[in-house]
Amino acid sequence: MLDIIEIRKQFPILSRKVNGHDLVYFDNGATTQKPQSVITAESNYYQNENSNVHRGVHFLSGLATDRFEETRITIQNFINAKHSREIIFTKGTTDSINIVANGYRTLLNKGDEIIISELEHHSNIVPWQMCCEHSGATLKVIPLLDNGSLDMIAFENFLSENTKLVSISHVSNTLGTINPVEEIIEKAQAVGAKVMIDGAQAASHIALNMQSLGADFYCFSAHKLYGPTGIGILYGKESVLNELPAYQGGGEMIKEVSFKKTTYAGIPHKFEAGTPNIAGVVAFKEAINFITKIGLSNIAKHEKILLQYATKEVLKIEGLKIYGIAKNKSAIISFNINKLHPYDIGMIMDKMGVAIRTGHHCTQPVMKRFNIPGTARISLAVYNTKNEIDICIKAIKKAKLMLS
Amino acid sequence: MSTIKKIQKEIIADFEMFDDWIQKYEYLIDLGKDLAPINEKNKTEENLIKGCQSRVWLHAEYTDGKIIFTADSDAIMTKGIVAMLINVLSNQDPKDVATAKLNFIKKIGLTEQLSPTRANGLVSMIKKMKLYAIAFNN
Repeated sequence: MLDIIEIRKQFPILSRKVNGHDLVYFDNGATTQKPQSVITAESNYYQNENSNVHRGVHFLSGLATDRFEETRITIQNFINAKHSREIIFTKGTTDSINIVANGYRTLLNKGDEIIISELEHHSNIVPWQMCCEHSGATLKVIPLLDNGSLDMIAFENFLSENTKLVSISHVSNTLGTINPVEEIIEKAQAVGAKVMIDGAQAASHIALNMQSLGADFYCFSAHKLYGPTGIGILYGKESVLNELPAYQGGGEMIKEVSFKKTTYAGIPHKFEAGTPNIAGVVAFKEAINFITKIGLSNIAKHEKILLQYATKEVLKIEGLKIYGIAKNKSAIISFNINKLHPYDIGMIMDKMGVAIRTGHHCTQPVMKRFNIPGTARISLAVYNTKNEIDICIKAIKKAKLMLS
Repeated sequence: MSTIKKIQKEIIADFEMFDDWIQKYEYLIDLGKDLAPINEKNKTEENLIKGCQSRVWLHAEYTDGKIIFTADSDAIMTKGIVAMLINVLSNQDPKDVATAKLNFIKKIGLTEQLSPTRANGLVSMIKKMKLYAIAFNN
């Protein structure tokens, strides 16, 4: 059993009050809170280590570069990538997807096909629409079943020699569905397609192993993993990253620049133009250390218990419907109560100190699929407790009472 | 004192009676429920103000020198504020609407409802009400 009290102590924000109540933070799908070690690392970097990376000959520049590269190796180990150069620092998951989608604009042609799904976040839809617009490729969308899981038969029917790329989220941010990514990767690669997995909602809940998973690309954001905002990871297999055209031009990403011809640096630097968020990258290492110290399997166990308890308790509320009831689910509960608007529910809960997300969660196609304007969403993390779920249930009941 | 100012003063006085947010919110919910319905044919795409969180429909007409607003929202709390705005600005001279200073929202402690980041459609609604007033005034 995890010592949640001890874990909570590491998060200063969890002891603050909101609207006169103890904060119950159930919006972890949007971003997680940060432990003191991450906050300290970020300020310590500016106080003692700040310098630009990969550039200077002086002491501090070397120190900053070492710290920066230490995180790359930490991430490599965290997701068991074969090489540290397969880890690219980006601004976030959205940025990571855009880097790949932008590269594929020149790699794809008319007649080629990209497969995504109906449950994707807008950031795993729009970049591919833009890629198709530029390349002439066609976008195919795997439909959702009523329980919030993917129609895998439709997926298999889409697969052909024209399929060049499949981009699917590991976990749905709205429905919590854990998609069968192993099966998707295997089947897509069998027809010669490359596969990108959007792991934004997965990386803090599911242990990752790139070498056994076999995805060509995998991406996630630091801020959903107890780390700083503005940092993301793009993992890519070395051979695939070498083929992918560079995204932004600038410093750091070049080998040699002349007005006749500029040659690019090798990976990972080819995709890291400009001065990055060094302090954020340095602090991200502490977030990974926080997770690995507890152990992802322990985190998953704890969150599963919370999910089961919360699901059981919310379903006791009459008229409440959960969207996303796939067998394999992450700690996310999206719900509506009768015809009540999720915005109203969220506003009342906020007054009681309970932070949840309401709206379409940047997944308008999912809302359209279920014919709803939005949902109220509870998303849990390692520091959440059963007691907090009880407070949340009380707040939901109060909202229902006031609004009915 | 103009009618717009007077109505705002009345709303502020109403809210001063409430002890806590629950009473305030319950009052808003009631206002939302009691809002005179908008004619369904006026719930057009053109009259729709899309917020990220809630949606607002606003229709305006000019009759006998007065501007008449009707409106609706899919969220009841938003609708409650919509009802107050209608109460203050509808059935008024367009010139008064165009120049009206709306201070009651702040005074009754619902400023956060009018933050552009809330994306509930209310900020755009007020802007649109003023634009209608300016148009009818010319």
